Amino acid sequence: MADEVILLDFWPSMFGMRTRIALEEKNVKFDYREQDLWNKSPILLEMNPVHNKIPVLIHNGKPVCESLIQVEYIDEVWPGVNPLLPSDPYQRAQAKFWGDYIDKKVYASARLTWGAKGEEQEAGKKEFIEILKTLESKLGDKIYFGGETFGYVDIALIGFYSWFEAYEKFGNFSIEAECPKLIAWGKRCAERESVAKSLPDSEKIIKFVPELKKRFGIE
Amino acid sequence: MSSGEVKLIGAWASPFVMRPRVALNLKSVPYEFLQETFGSKSELLLKSNPVHKKIPVLLHADKPVCESNIIVEYIDETWSSSGPSILPSHPYDRAMARFWAAYIDEKWFGALRNFLKAEGEEEKKAVIAQMEEGNALLEKAFIDCSKGKPFFNGDNIGYLDISLGSFLAWLRVTELTASHKLLDEAKTPSLCKWAELFCNDPAVKPVMPETAKLAEFAKKIFAKPQA
Repeated sequence: MADEVILLDFWPSMFGMRTRIALEEKNVKFDYREQDLWNKSPILLEMNPVHNKIPVLIHNGKPVCESLIQVEYIDEVWPGVNPLLPSDPYQRAQAKFWGDYIDKKVYASARLTWGAKGEEQEAGKKEFIEILKTLESKLGDKIYFGGETFGYVDIALIGFYSWFEAYEKFGNFSIEAECPKLIAWGKRCAERESVAKSLPDSEKIIKFVPELKKRFGIE
Repeated sequence: MSSGEVKLIGAWASPFVMRPRVALNLKSVPYEFLQETFGSKSELLLKSNPVHKKIPVLLHADKPVCESNIIVEYIDETWSSSGPSILPSHPYDRAMARFWAAYIDEKWFGALRNFLKAEGEEEKKAVIAQMEEGNALLEKAFIDCSKGKPFFNGDNIGYLDISLGSFLAWLRVTELTASHKLLDEAKTPSLCKWAELFCNDPAVKPVMPETAKLAEFAKKIFAKPQA
């Protein structure tokens, strides 16, 4: 029986991008269904009744929610090609730790770079750069976070890279000036087919931010 | 791979610390428990978890693993040939277990913690409503995951049992403080039955804090300074 894979997603979501990339890495054909987050569809509400959030991966009718959980699920269901997590338990624990760190820290501070003003925005920018620097020092001189191969931690972070130019524009700062190695890493990842297929153009995100601000009632 | 000394940096009252302790017990792995003093952080803790500076930290042959649920998975994978499997074997069941564990930490525990800090009847009522909503979700999750067996993980306690069960002592303290049953036999019969079984499990009993002792401790840490 052929697998039926549906992804409920929203094109600018850095979380949805993770799942898209993972599916592409595994060469899994999937039905991408764009969602309107301000008018949630019955399928979204039915498949993620707890959080009503995207992305939702629906595999043969059964939903999996939470992007990093989806990435791990995809890795386990399609183990043959491009492993996303290391096989060594200690390395796996390290990868999950950094995935968790990215989840806990990056979004909140990044949001302040475009969603806040004055002191709050400045504090957000400072924290965001600090977090990126922590990640950059973790990357070190490696090609990818996991070393030679593209994997889980790269996937966890790369979606944010498509938002970097927007953060810089609306926050009025340069990420490259502070974290050149991270920018280089982003460019390397963006050359990968799975990432190129899954990340929107930075320009599109930049055009989207004012619309998003209006939706959130931010001037 | 499983050789090497095992140490756990933690504290008796922490539900997060309890998780790896249960996991190590399930795998019959001996370990040295390095108790932190409440209110201060040891050099070893700061060195082993420089990013978050939090407990628990597992040190396996001096290599640190941080974040309680991640530590539990690490224990399951490292000592895979010992004791029962902590994570379910099917990828979908694993995804469900991880989903509910994330829900418990982000939403459910948040409500519990808010209750302990809540002031005034209005606030307390609101948090109780939040908790009851969460419990209803977990009752259904239990029925879905357990598939008729005694635990979320089936015949033996596992990842999700540990994730939720580690909060039971604090839940009891909250019930005492509120004089209100948060896990209600009428509303969440399966969870109540499960809670009893979990607490009596031999891997759990030695590391579950006593309610009275924990209540004393809670009074101390949540004590409001005198005006």
